[in-house]
Amino acid sequence: MSTLPKLAVAKFASCDGCQLTLLHAEDELLAIADAVHIANFAEASSRLEPAPYDITLVEGSITTQKDRRRIVKLRSDSKYLITIGACATAGGIQALRNFADHQDFLRAVYARPDYIQSLATSTPIAAHVKVDFELRGCPIDKSQLLEVIASLLAGHRPRTSSECVCQPCKRRGTVCVVVANNQPCLGPVTQAGCGAVCPAFDRGCYGCFGPAAQPNMLGLSDRLLQPRMDRAQSARFLQTFNSYAPEFSAAGQRLWQLAGQPKPLHPSLASSPGDTHPAAVGQGKETTEE
Amino acid sequence: MTNNPWLSQVATVESVTQEIDSVATYQLRLDDPRAAQRYRFQPGQFNMLYLPSCGEAAISHSGPPSHDGNRFLHTIRFVGRVTDSIAKLQAGDQIGVRGPFGSAWPMRQCVGQDVVIVTGGLGLAPLRPAIYHLLQGRVDYRRVILLYGARSPGLLLYRREMESWQQSGLEVHLTVDRADIDWDGAVGIVPLLLDRLEGLRPDQTQVLTCGPEVMMHYAALAAVRLGVPKSAIWLSVERNMQCAFGMCGHCQLGPVFVCRDGPVFRYDQVHQLLKVRDL
Amino acid sequence: MPAKDPTRCHVNATELPVIDHSPTPAQWFLPRQSLQTLLDQLQRLGYEVVGPRIDQAAIVYDQIESVDELPAGWTDLQSPGQYRLQPRADDALFGYVVGPHSWKKYLFPPLVNLMRSTKTTDGWQMQDEPQEPRRYALLGVRACELAAIAIQDRVFLSERYTDPLYQQRRHALLIIAVNCTQAASTCFCTSMQSGPRCTSGFDLALTELPTGFVVEIGSPGGQAVADDLPLRPATEQERESSSLARKTAFDQITRQLDTTNIRDKLMTRLEHPRWADVASRCLSCANCTLVCPTCFCHSVDDVTDLTSDEVIRQRHWDSCFNMDFSYANGGAVRDNVRSRYRQWLTHKLASWIDQFGSSGCVGCGRCITWCPVGIDLTEEVAAICSEPST
Repeated sequence: MSTLPKLAVAKFASCDGCQLTLLHAEDELLAIADAVHIANFAEASSRLEPAPYDITLVEGSITTQKDRRRIVKLRSDSKYLITIGACATAGGIQALRNFADHQDFLRAVYARPDYIQSLATSTPIAAHVKVDFELRGCPIDKSQLLEVIASLLAGHRPRTSSECVCQPCKRRGTVCVVVANNQPCLGPVTQAGCGAVCPAFDRGCYGCFGPAAQPNMLGLSDRLLQPRMDRAQSARFLQTFNSYAPEFSAAGQRLWQLAGQPKPLHPSLASSPGDTHPAAVGQGKETTEE
Repeated sequence: MTNNPWLSQVATVESVTQEIDSVATYQLRLDDPRAAQRYRFQPGQFNMLYLPSCGEAAISHSGPPSHDGNRFLHTIRFVGRVTDSIAKLQAGDQIGVRGPFGSAWPMRQCVGQDVVIVTGGLGLAPLRPAIYHLLQGRVDYRRVILLYGARSPGLLLYRREMESWQQSGLEVHLTVDRADIDWDGAVGIVPLLLDRLEGLRPDQTQVLTCGPEVMMHYAALAAVRLGVPKSAIWLSVERNMQCAFGMCGHCQLGPVFVCRDGPVFRYDQVHQLLKVRDL
Repeated sequence: MPAKDPTRCHVNATELPVIDHSPTPAQWFLPRQSLQTLLDQLQRLGYEVVGPRIDQAAIVYDQIESVDELPAGWTDLQSPGQYRLQPRADDALFGYVVGPHSWKKYLFPPLVNLMRSTKTTDGWQMQDEPQEPRRYALLGVRACELAAIAIQDRVFLSERYTDPLYQQRRHALLIIAVNCTQAASTCFCTSMQSGPRCTSGFDLALTELPTGFVVEIGSPGGQAVADDLPLRPATEQERESSSLARKTAFDQITRQLDTTNIRDKLMTRLEHPRWADVASRCLSCANCTLVCPTCFCHSVDDVTDLTSDEVIRQRHWDSCFNMDFSYANGGAVRDNVRSRYRQWLTHKLASWIDQFGSSGCVGCGRCITWCPVGIDLTEEVAAICSEPST
């Protein structure tokens, strides 16, 4: 039996992209395999060991009754549970159903919608169980994932930066695409972590890392987005991978309302998505102490 | 030799003393014997303690300034990422040290004066070097008084030393917010002890205070009410510190860099700034 | 090669008049076609030449080897929250104002390693992270940017603590300033007494004319470079034309910031309602601080591999607009945009004076242009200071 910490990777409603990020860490994979015992990672190996696990990475959102039960079990099987990616942390792109008629979607997509058994909502893992740490992104950033694993292995509480995308964007010398190119960009309200990739390729940030700390959504909507696109476009711009993240959700709903096309949340969800997001998701914010 | 102010020196933990819940005192010694011999600090100053891959934290000195054998002490509360990891250190483990940094308690101004130390909770730790200093040269000062409070008796720091301090000429007045069955001292907030203090000569008194900002605020107000000039009240301010020498910008409080111009400030220099919310 | 240039006028240092404090500094002329000689000369002296070039729809600062890389015939149109490149009617090389980059990235790089810890069998070894010495020649430094470098000197080269990396790069630095011959709508250097004329802090200063450059020499280092350039004394007409060109920039500056008693005015208005008003517009994105040529705030983090046996402490540009920037004791001291904007503006224009003896603002206007929602600090200051203190 290995004495290394046991790592599991679990998938819920998602595209597997975040798990692939781990597999794409080619240079570091051997080091990871040396440092942890990969006990359950279906994407990588068919050898699946039973619980308990020391570190569990959870990808995906909760969209079925079955998954609702599965995540509760997984939580009790895991010492340290980390959600990875926009689906797990905010419900993902599939949370667009939270603002629409789920049945409409089913009818539009499936030839036999009656075969599909899914919930009317897509909700983040933290709406169901306690989450120890979350890693944002669509997909997550490889270095952030490695940093978090390294921190846990070294016995430190992990930490990620709460700054917005503009800061790494300027550090890498990218010229602001809003100011120089009149492009809409969610950089000012989006949490950093991606390395500010999109503006470096001359397009605005589309917010895949979700809301930064204390985002000024009203200022962004009215002063950055709306001068460059109409209200419905602005709302759509905000409501993609993190549409159900509390701040993006509220700002998007406000814009839809102003555009005369109100898109209220599904009645089973609290009127404010903040209510279904436990506040105590660790981001390890701490810099000084005495 | 390097002139890189960011470079930590390796130190070894010589002993760990559990103080109260989630608080311990670490005795450190720099590994480089010459650096250890050269190492000096003044009461009130702090070090940046560093755990590789975890980070740095600003921690005040809490030991005697002239400690035997070039050792120094830090009393640390485990409240954050870095200190939680420091909590796992044992004797023999290593830690990075940069320092000492910052301003010191006004020991010279205290000569010939009554000295009143007003502190709460862990705020006693940064003042302990001053207490050691005052008691070591006890004849140089008039009354030396410690007014110290904590939420409950179990949270009072260094109680095992109080008796010897008293024997060395320290007047000790303790208070707690919530007493337990064994407590026969005062109950209430620390500034009240200052109000009750008798026989103080306000024009010949220095007040040193350290603790939560709100406690220091009321302690200073109480001292001013007693007639102590604002310029004879000193407090130790806490802010985010990263460089510790006035370059990174984190610790600014209006015009001052708390790390470089402080942490010990004269009350009249900062009281207007401390009044402004979120400055 | 310049030595073979028959038009070359060799001047010995001893033949030059003392220029440092002279009211009418000696002025020389460098023909436009000889600017490449200057670049070659700098490269020969071992300098990495950095200067203006077009990239990402803007004029940025980057490595320059040839005059052909300069933004000939381009200018910039700037207003709050907007920057556009525009073709010029002429082919001026320095016919723009200032762009999104500032020279601070060369002296105070956005990301740099400070120290390294290595776990050995004898425990941790902590060492300096060796820095490769860099010799930069900055080409095209504006007057406001000279002032900005002087301001950062006071931050990073204080009496008690110096930043070793900044010190090395600063001491090896050669500055070729270029006087502004036009201004943007966002410029207000005249209010900050930092321009538009380059008066000190340079090695060479150029004023561009259609046929070449009127050159002033500002230091022995500049003199040494000038010695090997095909310079001739500027004619009366060239001097006048250059003076007129500089005056154009001066006349184009319309934006103003009233600095009278500004320190006290701002510090006595810390509860002014305008702070909340600007906070409703400010996205707290930190762009203003990152494009600012004087903002120096930074943070340090550890970078490590999975084993944590090799750990680098890395410094990066940070900003007072970042919520975690003031984190202490379980929470941020400045836990809202209002207090963060207030911190930035009062630091820049008021408390900087207490800290470093001068304003932290040079009036370059970058924070106005590059604010994605076009917040104009001169407007905010006017609104805050026009009313009685609170």
